[in-house]
Amino acid sequence: MADDAIRCDACPVLCYIKPGRTGSCDRYGNHEGKLVRLDPHVVLDRALERGSSVVPFLERSRDWDGTLIHPNTADQSETFVTAIGAGTTYPDYKPAPFIISSQIAGVDMVTVVTEGIFSYCGVKVKIDTDRHLGAECSTVRAEGEAIGHVTTSEYGSQMLSLGGVRHLTGGSRQEGTATCDALLNLCNGKAVELQIDNGAKIVVQGGKAPIVDDVQEERMRVGCGSATIGMFAKQWFGKVDEVVVVDDHITGVLSEHQAGKLLGVPETGIKLKGRRSTPGRYFQVAEPGTSWGGTNIDDPLSIVGKFNAKKAWAGLRLLMVSTTGEQYAYFELDEDLKPQEEDLPRVLRESVMRIKENCEPALCTVMFMGGAGGSLRAGVTENPVKLTHSVRDSLARVTCGGAPVYVWPGGGITFMVDVSRMPQNAFGYVPTPALVAPIEFTLKLTDYAALGGYMESVRPLTSIVGEKDGRKRLAANAENPWPLEPQRSQKKSRREKSRKKK
Amino acid sequence: MKQRAQIALLPDGRRLHLQDGPIDLIIEAFGARREVEQTYNAACSRFVSVLDELCSELNYLRAECRPENRWPRGKVARRMTAAVMPYASQYFITPMAAVAGAVAEEILGAMTEAGKIVRAYVNNGGDIAVHLGEREQFVVGMVERPDRPSLFGTATLSASHPVRGIATSGRRGRSFSLGIADAVTVLADRAAAADAAATIIANAVDLPRHPAIVRVPASELAPDSDLGDRLVTQAVGALTTREVNEALAAGVKTAALMQRMGLIRTAALSLNGETRVLHDGLELSTLVTRVEERGLVHA
Repeated sequence: MADDAIRCDACPVLCYIKPGRTGSCDRYGNHEGKLVRLDPHVVLDRALERGSSVVPFLERSRDWDGTLIHPNTADQSETFVTAIGAGTTYPDYKPAPFIISSQIAGVDMVTVVTEGIFSYCGVKVKIDTDRHLGAECSTVRAEGEAIGHVTTSEYGSQMLSLGGVRHLTGGSRQEGTATCDALLNLCNGKAVELQIDNGAKIVVQGGKAPIVDDVQEERMRVGCGSATIGMFAKQWFGKVDEVVVVDDHITGVLSEHQAGKLLGVPETGIKLKGRRSTPGRYFQVAEPGTSWGGTNIDDPLSIVGKFNAKKAWAGLRLLMVSTTGEQYAYFELDEDLKPQEEDLPRVLRESVMRIKENCEPALCTVMFMGGAGGSLRAGVTENPVKLTHSVRDSLARVTCGGAPVYVWPGGGITFMVDVSRMPQNAFGYVPTPALVAPIEFTLKLTDYAALGGYMESVRPLTSIVGEKDGRKRLAANAENPWPLEPQRSQKKSRREKSRKKK
Repeated sequence: MKQRAQIALLPDGRRLHLQDGPIDLIIEAFGARREVEQTYNAACSRFVSVLDELCSELNYLRAECRPENRWPRGKVARRMTAAVMPYASQYFITPMAAVAGAVAEEILGAMTEAGKIVRAYVNNGGDIAVHLGEREQFVVGMVERPDRPSLFGTATLSASHPVRGIATSGRRGRSFSLGIADAVTVLADRAAAADAAATIIANAVDLPRHPAIVRVPASELAPDSDLGDRLVTQAVGALTTREVNEALAAGVKTAALMQRMGLIRTAALSLNGETRVLHDGLELSTLVTRVEERGLVHA
């Protein structure tokens, strides 16, 4: 057996792979002694953006799903070579696999393309739900292994922080593998089942509704009960005497709420169960559940006590509605001040519909976060810190599979990217375990030379798109800024947009 | 339980994609929604153990098939062995030559048992098993260069004809070839049989000892290849028209023999843009149409 072959452990076939070759699946290869995933190299094509939908199916070229690249169709400014499938330069002292020059608006641009191996990486998951998933800092598990934790919740959403170097390489082998699997699946848009210690079982998939304890979440609430009162008080004023917005978190009561007071809504003598927080805002009117406003009640009157006879009056009009507008009921008080259910008057119907309208579909969203502050930079320039500086100074644009990234201030190149804006299956892994993510740096050729770039490795775009084997041409995501277009400050582009409107 | 296999509907919401290690299937069934769902579920539950079953007998499956060999245990492994056995006395062949077709056949079998579907296909990287209900048909596109996906022809499979398997082999595919054919597409009664036959015919399209053909021992490229030290084609330099004709003729001769033995129905052989289609008594060859205008195939 040749010494330089490596054993791939991605599946039970356990191929021995020689350097520069792939295993029987064509997905994993031996790149200079290292096992890497080698999907066809993805080239984004702007011209395909609006064309017939090209399924970004990165499996293998034998499926007839892709189109080919003809050198003559490769308009330079319309083609962007991503790092997906580009391979890596581990251990990084060699130039990145592709350093490509193209002319954009008369300026020579270079894009340095590499797949980074990220041990320092993870995902932040935002789950649109008001359901209690688990206490802050609770451990999140996949396949029984700790892969992250519940972090501070956001408005209408619960947040998870998954992965990170401690789970990937700091724990047991199983912990690392489970973490890597979960991250990879989440980043590649697949569903992952997670269990939170002393909390919920959830199924999370980027761009899909979360499934919490086997119940699929439908809509986000418009706001808490109190916020809903604030938002709709004006629309209710004069059309109804009292409104109760039922919410598991904070139930709002119009006549007692600041918003009602300011409008001059008179007291109604309503008495609500639960713990009063501030005027018109009640905690714990019922137990958490899956009915009215995330509580367990099916009968809204069960949270309302006897009306105060000194203040209430016969004929008082009461609207009860949940924070999603999915449940509502309308009552009028009879002679004994007992609420009697009536049909919802037309004038109120609109406000209930509007609550519903304002509830956005509940989604899971996945942001990949990684640090490229280390040796990866050496594949771009001989003087790594200069790359960091050029990113800081906005001379170099960082993209991830062609998608825009947010680069954190401070040292290093720590970035976040919305994985849904990247081509499908853009991520891979190495058995370290660590994630392989594409990363591209685009800058002017002169700037690249100035920061000590590998000028002798720069190749023209046409030389890349002329090579047919293993390249996959994909339509660019129309919502992403085109990576080769000059960067504009947000302010300026906004100004331009408003000018266009005029 | 960790599940290695990837199971997903493709973005069109109709086709099922199953992948596990080197096995990669695209499946589509047509019929009532409930039945389609049932058959997809059956495909998935059968699929998840296939790779492990195969790997448990991998040494046997990678070894040369001899007529006196014992039979393997696994159901897919037996399909593979049955498909290559007819060639065992005359050619070098391992059961692996039929792995793609056999897996496609096995999954299709699980599907047709589970539900009533009008028609279905299981495409295992170009090796396809099809199910056709009464009066149904499929039009299959043929590609000679997977790296340049343009159709060189189409084949129409109809319920009234016995063809239920189609397979393509050649040096441009994923596995190594001993020959120089760009692609040999075989239509046979079963996918595994088509797969094995395509391998044999593609090997036969050859110009032995031609200086422009670069051959390398398979073991040098992949140490654990089932082809061992046999020379596999790495590159084909410039060939004259006469040489292309000669290589194709050698393949056609082998294919015709297999057709007479009842192992295949028909075959299309392609090299350097030249294509030969085998004639046959059923006139299946008329169903194989050449595409004259070469256009790109979009998804």
